[in-house]
Amino acid sequence: MRYLDEYRDYDSVQRMAQEIRRVSNRPWTLMEVCGGQTHTIVKSGLQELLPASITLVHGPGCPVCVTPISMIDRAVATALLPEVILCSFGDMLRVPGSTQSLLDAKSLGADVRIVYSPLDALKLARSNPQREVVFFAVGFETTAPANAMTVWQACREKLSNLSMLVSHVLVPPAMEAVLSSPQCQVQGFLAAGHACMVTGYEEYFSISRRFRVPIVVTGFEPLDLLEGVLMLVRQLEHGCAEVANQYTRAVAREGNRAAQERVSEVFEVTDRAWRGIGEIAGSGLRLRETYRSFDAEAKFDLQLEDPTESPECIAGLVLQGLRRPYDCPAFGTRCTPDAPLGAPMVSSEGACAAYFHFGRSKDDADLYMPVAAANP
Amino acid sequence: MPTFTCPLPLPTRERILLAHGGGGRLTNQLLEEIFLPAFANTALEARHDGALLSVGGARLAMTTDSYVVQPLVFPGGTIGDLAVNGTVNDLAMCGARPMALSAGFILEEGLAMDTLRQVVFSMRDAAMMAHVPIVTGDTKVVDKGKGDGIFINTSGIGVVVAPGPIGPQSVRAGDVVLVSGDLGAHGIAILSVREGLQFEGPMLSDTACLWPAVEALLSAGIEIHCLRDLTRGGLSSALNEIASAAGLHIMVQEALIPVSAVVRGACELLGLDPLYVANEGRFAVFIAEKDADRALTILRAQSVSAGAVQVGMVHERKSDRSSGIVTLRSRIGGHRVLDMMSGEQLPRIC
Amino acid sequence: MCLAVPGKIVSIQVEEYLGLRRGQIDFGGIRKEVCLDYTPEALVGDFVMVHVGFALSIVNEVEAHRVFAALREFDLLEDLETPGAG
Repeated sequence: MRYLDEYRDYDSVQRMAQEIRRVSNRPWTLMEVCGGQTHTIVKSGLQELLPASITLVHGPGCPVCVTPISMIDRAVATALLPEVILCSFGDMLRVPGSTQSLLDAKSLGADVRIVYSPLDALKLARSNPQREVVFFAVGFETTAPANAMTVWQACREKLSNLSMLVSHVLVPPAMEAVLSSPQCQVQGFLAAGHACMVTGYEEYFSISRRFRVPIVVTGFEPLDLLEGVLMLVRQLEHGCAEVANQYTRAVAREGNRAAQERVSEVFEVTDRAWRGIGEIAGSGLRLRETYRSFDAEAKFDLQLEDPTESPECIAGLVLQGLRRPYDCPAFGTRCTPDAPLGAPMVSSEGACAAYFHFGRSKDDADLYMPVAAANP
Repeated sequence: MPTFTCPLPLPTRERILLAHGGGGRLTNQLLEEIFLPAFANTALEARHDGALLSVGGARLAMTTDSYVVQPLVFPGGTIGDLAVNGTVNDLAMCGARPMALSAGFILEEGLAMDTLRQVVFSMRDAAMMAHVPIVTGDTKVVDKGKGDGIFINTSGIGVVVAPGPIGPQSVRAGDVVLVSGDLGAHGIAILSVREGLQFEGPMLSDTACLWPAVEALLSAGIEIHCLRDLTRGGLSSALNEIASAAGLHIMVQEALIPVSAVVRGACELLGLDPLYVANEGRFAVFIAEKDADRALTILRAQSVSAGAVQVGMVHERKSDRSSGIVTLRSRIGGHRVLDMMSGEQLPRIC
Repeated sequence: MCLAVPGKIVSIQVEEYLGLRRGQIDFGGIRKEVCLDYTPEALVGDFVMVHVGFALSIVNEVEAHRVFAALREFDLLEDLETPGAG
């Protein structure tokens, strides 16, 4: 597939990894912000190509992992309402709430449907006028334009049976939260390329200056990630702390103006709670007053008990890169993909699930060089 | 779902989830925790696609499968094709020549007769292609809303032709792993017409009878250690089942695993991994390395396995680890564990 | 965070009712309808990055080849630095 396969080419990847080895002299701890980047790193075994002195830490950029448990509980309660069709991306169905996930609710008879796009929820609303269609609108800046356009269209069509349960979060405030933590050891960031397609990367200059960290806007294929690491290491080895763009084929400095305008017309910035991290000021989006009728939280008045998080789950520390999944006592025993205690074990991009699926633990290294290492 | 704080083994869930039918880890949990303890017998404990029985000196294989796919008709086939080929293939995976099938129908009140005709005609055609008669059957009807149009169960009997035992216990370190063609076509064909995900393209289910390919290997005298059709849970689940049953380490090469452009495009778009997508006309073969080239030539001469390739090898399970494992060498040279999928693979956006 | 996949615009239609731009996008052989309102200047034949049914950016073809030029430069630099062992 064009603009994908070239960035997975074996020789190009080896050449980029060799250049990283050539320029890195000291140990560096880098964070890839986005869950999609984590997925590629772990799925392709990219860490093996890096010098041991470079540590990649998984960041909080996975909406499944950071969506607060109270929001999952609200989605489950809404889905169980008889008149509701609850539409969601596949990612959110297995995330554990206080007592149930959306999949559990589905087995109790809730009408929960997987959709590829919020526009599919709009179509369902048109074809089911007697039902209340609710779209579980999670995601970062990349997904906000899609949800904004869907609400804008529904408003123009005067559709009264579509609403959104909004749990949108923003990347820069989360990066600042990670950097402000006293134990933060992250020295450089691979910023989330697809979010920057929408927002551009102007906002990162002040973060880079204030915290003196280099930030490289990076893509999602192995060659992109390796080039991003190379650009970070070059800066770090020379004591620089600037913002740079590796993902130039898709990201422009100012981002996508049309998308930004629609988003700010429909949404406004608000404080948001992040699962495992806590409340971060100005770190999310909510529907503006003019679109209040599309806000499922306002539309369905539900009494929910206080959310209960598993006491054992150290998701917050993992999401901030302060702990590795296998540092958690429950990892792989009491907490597995079948019975996840916390969200990072559910999403295939959550750090814990990634480690469980793609590399059980530190001492599994013998797996990779089997007894008779025949490499046809 | 109580919060798990005590170290006792995880209790089985209180309720059946869709994921229990996905062919992954939760399906295995049902088998290990509910069915096997209840029906304990050696034939079942082999955990193979079909049970082996000896009746008056004849070695027979018996298997059964139920089909609940939605939609009933999809690009490249119908629930009827799956019902015949799926059970015939399970017999073939035991190295048995399929002899006869039964067909049990559960029809929903209000089902259009034309739909039933279409499904039954496709069963007829598939049975003819596989040279297997449908010799007995049953039909029940459930109230409207209590079924999904049509559910079909088919059982099959076959005569074991393979000389030696075929199964995970015959797999050896040093064996090679072959797959009979490109992966993921069936799962993507189904997804392409599922509500909420529509996309167009030349997707066609790969549903087909595998016996001709197995028969060709057997009649050429190839010593087959293990066969497994790659249905629910895809190649990864099949390899994991065999690795854990055999206690060995299977390593596959991502760059060698065949996936068509159409299936790759759909998997990229929906965030799916083709190694976990279902097939209905593909199987894996475990044989000694010395037989690899000859087996590939034989397979490629059959239309159903014209795309056969070697995708990996079996290694000793090093150190104290008893349980088997599957690892993958990625396209860029890194490695990862190819784990059993838990529940159904769902399209993702991030 | 967000899966965005490059696809080629095969056709473009403008919906009369709300005047929205829709495009048929090809992803390595499969086709899906995608909203093009956020890439008004995209034309048939362009590649766009698509996320949850919306095109969010047009792939810059020149920039797409930049990394491969950089890789070739590494080889040149290496030859200069170690002329003997080139």
